[in-house]
Amino acid sequence: MSRSGSEVSRHSPVASRHEPGTADELAELLGAAGEPVRIVGGGTKLAWGGPVEAELKLSTAGLDQILEHNAGDLTAVLGAGVPLARGQQKFDEAGQMLALDPPDRGATIGGVVATADSGPLRQRYGAPRDLVVGVKAALADGSVIKSGGRVIKNVAGYDLGKLLTGSFGTLGTIVEVAVRLHPRPERTATAAGGTTDSATLAAAALELSHAALEDLSLDLRWGGGDGALLARFGGAAPRPQAEAALRLMKRAGLDGSLVDDDEGVWSLQREGQRSADGAVVRVSGVASQTADLLAAATRLGARVVGRAGLGLSWIVIEDRSSEEAATAVEELRRDLDPSPCAVLDAPPEVRTRIDGWGPIDPALLGLMHRVRERFDPAGIVNPGVLP
Amino acid sequence: MTGAGPAFGEGPQEREPRERPRDLGPLAEELGRIAGAEQVITQEHQLRTYESDGLLQYAVTPAAVVLPGSAEEVQQVVRACHRAGVPWVARGAGSGLSGGALPIEDGVLIGLARLRRILEVDLENQRVLCEPGVTNVAVSEAVGPTHFYPPDPSSQIVCTIGGNVAENSGGAHCFKYGFTTNYVTGLEVILPDGELLRLGGRELDRPGYDLVGAFVGSEGTLGVATKVWLRVVTKPESVRTLVAFFGSTSQAGEVVSEIVSGGIVPGAIEMMDNLSIQAAEAHTGAGYPEDAGAALVVELDGSDAECEARFEQVVDICERAGADSIRVARDDAERGVIWKARKAAFAAMGRVAPNYYVQDSVIPRTRLAEVLGRIDELSDEYGLRVANVFHAGDGNLHPLVCYDGRAEGEAERAEELSGLIVKTCVDAGGSITGEHGVGVDKKRYMPDMFGEPDLAAFQKLRCAFDPDQLANPGKLMPTPRLCGEVPGPYRQHPLEAAGVAERF
Repeated sequence: MSRSGSEVSRHSPVASRHEPGTADELAELLGAAGEPVRIVGGGTKLAWGGPVEAELKLSTAGLDQILEHNAGDLTAVLGAGVPLARGQQKFDEAGQMLALDPPDRGATIGGVVATADSGPLRQRYGAPRDLVVGVKAALADGSVIKSGGRVIKNVAGYDLGKLLTGSFGTLGTIVEVAVRLHPRPERTATAAGGTTDSATLAAAALELSHAALEDLSLDLRWGGGDGALLARFGGAAPRPQAEAALRLMKRAGLDGSLVDDDEGVWSLQREGQRSADGAVVRVSGVASQTADLLAAATRLGARVVGRAGLGLSWIVIEDRSSEEAATAVEELRRDLDPSPCAVLDAPPEVRTRIDGWGPIDPALLGLMHRVRERFDPAGIVNPGVLP
Repeated sequence: MTGAGPAFGEGPQEREPRERPRDLGPLAEELGRIAGAEQVITQEHQLRTYESDGLLQYAVTPAAVVLPGSAEEVQQVVRACHRAGVPWVARGAGSGLSGGALPIEDGVLIGLARLRRILEVDLENQRVLCEPGVTNVAVSEAVGPTHFYPPDPSSQIVCTIGGNVAENSGGAHCFKYGFTTNYVTGLEVILPDGELLRLGGRELDRPGYDLVGAFVGSEGTLGVATKVWLRVVTKPESVRTLVAFFGSTSQAGEVVSEIVSGGIVPGAIEMMDNLSIQAAEAHTGAGYPEDAGAALVVELDGSDAECEARFEQVVDICERAGADSIRVARDDAERGVIWKARKAAFAAMGRVAPNYYVQDSVIPRTRLAEVLGRIDELSDEYGLRVANVFHAGDGNLHPLVCYDGRAEGEAERAEELSGLIVKTCVDAGGSITGEHGVGVDKKRYMPDMFGEPDLAAFQKLRCAFDPDQLANPGKLMPTPRLCGEVPGPYRQHPLEAAGVAERF
């Protein structure tokens, strides 16, 4: 089965990397590994989670086929290694989209699902868990399993798709993903309101999150004493809604304007979730906490990108020594308790000083480990990446 | 325990009345100590109340029913069952349609109807924390008029949030809004060994596995939820509803495709065929023309401007496709009348047939005409009428196979026909169930969708939560399976042992 490039060979002097061309081949390699394996997709989020010590790397890059695009059914089936951007390009030709817009950088669909990464469109369409309708995965025992299907409504069997989404490969390597697509809005418009007062920004964000408007995205940004609230609308007639949002922003004390050509604004929001050399803390909070969160970030001199209606924020700590950055993470955890603060991007020197995922209830951790033991008894896939 | 199956699993069976009370030993008394003796039922005639859920062709009385009054009592009941090695089934309103809450003959039924408090309404963060016995409609009522809880099964007045969690319930509006699983952010659960845990919470994206996602829709086989955090959303500015009548279901089906491919995501898009129109009309008098081949209910919601623009588009599509007539609701009362006929469709079938089987299959929407054609052929072949009511947007069919249980052999023929319809849908790339769940009713179809490795993977999840398989055994999985011991933390691979693959 194996191609020569992915032959399991003995006495390899250096760490080896395999790039199987089929799901079966990948499963076979996994089943035969017998030692820790690092699963790699686009390689854009390898710094997330705990450090993984594995000499054997297994890449999904060879599983790069768009297997189905059922335009009439608004579904698609993608090999895990398909770059998200390539999938989007294909769907775009039919006026459709996969409503996932995490920071791209060459990420694959498999990697996005395995890390449950998401972007501003989450406000309207949800996270990977909400858009994945079926998965195929290679388990540690070398079997290839599927869950779900190709239809958007389906409750047959356990939803292993949700279990695998965000599991960082530790329960199985996603080899194929079936997704629900949406019509791409033919027009978009964004209402943008600025302020230099973080409390005003937080209050406006809460106000907008309760308006009877159907926003595609509702985001905020804050940093260096300056911030903005952004509400994006799409469809046949997005402008009246954007104007309504703008009126609400102005009433809440923001300086606002409408942006029709809004792609750049949102690209910045997405990129704001990542950092090349700083530490990114993802806060799982609630909308009413925004004022406290912005105040905490201000004290630390950090910048923030947030999903204002969902209570999710990315706090970026940059230009600090690793010691300062680690202290800043601890401070955030104290200030924002009990909201979990997970460290995503972070230089290795910072990561060694902190517990990346933060404290987790020991009973819950016990159950997570029992799940892991059933799927990967020897614990060979991405060991250490999750708590 | 090895997860011995329930009394039956191969389709409808005759009820076997049982007069002798079953002996739970000291467990019966312990249940009384936990919940109060008056909350424990062991008399056969009283147990009858709980012998079936919404699917009446299955009936089993449990050894005992216990009605705990708090999460702590549920925990103690589960723990006591675990100590005694007695299987149990959790039950909400018992309105499910797959036999998912069917009791186990020698087991305990845990009724959650007394846990019906809404514990917290946090409108600022759009969350509700409630107990599992709260009805679906009560959540929307608690957050109205500004907000609502989108999943709306037809049984929403009686069905409970706990049952919705177990079954991952849908409803008429899920094409646009999604299912229960998209709205549950956290759960307090009692695992089958009695351990109380919190999965997820008020917040999204908590670190670790998405065990909430695994639990929702697990049909009560992973544990019992005692608290549920739900996400609610703001009510849309406008709602516009119409019903259009067509000569045939294929004509209406094309309209559905055109609406969806036109970039429109209706709040709801529902279809009824001629037989269900006749039944519903006789039942409700909503004014649907009885000779129409198909009725298509389309509801749009959203901002005023967006709704207006889209609604015109929908009317235009219906007219161009040759709709015989279109009725647009001018107010809430007229909207109610349009929905009345659709929502009464199941109940109304009694008007055209003494008995029916209802299926819940899903197909890719584009295969609609082909699958309906095949159902017509099968219906002719078996000489049994099949009515069709469906959530057209997401391809979820509810074929109702009509039969007369008094006619010799007709029930068996109807069951066989029903099974062939399910297979037709799976062969078209669909699913055996869209919203009712597998339960006992559809577990025999599971191998049509899933192979042995898939079922083995399902079992891994099951065993992680419930290694003794005490929670609702005999449901969901087609055949009983064991939970083996987890191998040790490290295993030497055979290749490694043989010196073939010690280092890559």
